[in-house]
Amino acid sequence: MHELAVTQSVLEIVLRHARQAGGARVSAIHLVVGQLSSIVDDSVAYYWESVARDTPAEGARLHFRRIPARFRCEACGREFPLQEETRDCPGCANGLVRLIAGDEFSVESIEVDADGVPPSGPAGG
Amino acid sequence: MPRRVPVLENILGANDRLADENRARLDQACVLGINLMASPGAGKTSLIERTVRALAGKLRLAVIDGDIATSLDADRATAAGATAIQINTGGECHLDAVMVQGALQQLDLFHLDLLIVENVGNLICPAAFRLGTHHNVLIASVPEGDDKPYKYPGMYRGVDVLLINKVDLLPYVAFDMGRFQRGVELLNPGVATFAVSCRTGEGLSAWLSWVEAAVAGRLMDTKGPQSSTASQ
Repeated sequence: MHELAVTQSVLEIVLRHARQAGGARVSAIHLVVGQLSSIVDDSVAYYWESVARDTPAEGARLHFRRIPARFRCEACGREFPLQEETRDCPGCANGLVRLIAGDEFSVESIEVDADGVPPSGPAGG
Repeated sequence: MPRRVPVLENILGANDRLADENRARLDQACVLGINLMASPGAGKTSLIERTVRALAGKLRLAVIDGDIATSLDADRATAAGATAIQINTGGECHLDAVMVQGALQQLDLFHLDLLIVENVGNLICPAAFRLGTHHNVLIASVPEGDDKPYKYPGMYRGVDVLLINKVDLLPYVAFDMGRFQRGVELLNPGVATFAVSCRTGEGLSAWLSWVEAAVAGRLMDTKGPQSSTASQ
């Protein structure tokens, strides 16, 4: 339940990059969220409305790109998704595997309007 | 037309930067920091009491206690012989680097060897927030069940040391140690593991040896004859 703090952090990053890019308004935000990062999209979206109010990012649409957890076998190099209850590589049954994807949590990109005109039409939410 | 601007910034980056500052303060004072995490009731405070009682004569210890409310845990750490600072998070489900920074300012770090930060009892959120400590330690306990690594992968992935507490209850609880350890290996192969009972004292000497070795390693790093200005 720390999505409020996380959402405030998203806003801070978004506004800083929008300013640097000379964008007057932010119309969309693309987030990357790994399967193991324990972030609830709906909660972030819920807090976003109130956190972004009266800022240049008000009304910006949030897009979540989910990254499934993936592992790589240290022995045979095979890559495979998170399995229910086994540690072993499905290819060679080796037990030494490493996580290679699934813990991401970042702002990937934003879409900005330079002219200061609010995005036309309903801006989501 | 909207313009796409690449950002590629970690959302918890601000916390990470403060965690780095905390780490630098600890390193400057040659203090080893441990972030102790677990679900409520797994035995964080009991382990701290045991650790403080055993090491208080050898090491100068302090405890930072994170709780939503009350100073019950800090009181227990103080009674055991440690300097204790209470952080009441006021509802937050985890400690973050800002809260720890405030607590560090209340401690005389240059007269400490070991700092244990007792995180809020929670198996989800604390894993995401670096504090600046040197080691992440997780206590699992037998009554929680052997499925916890599978259900809380983020927590099990991010720790250096795992204690399995309450092993004295193994005869009475349906806990399959093999299944538990397979889950741990899947997420965190080779993590240092200690099976202990804070009630009976079983297995604690191995944990205490690990702590002492970690503190000694820290002192070697920073105070040894080869010490340099390099920082990590």
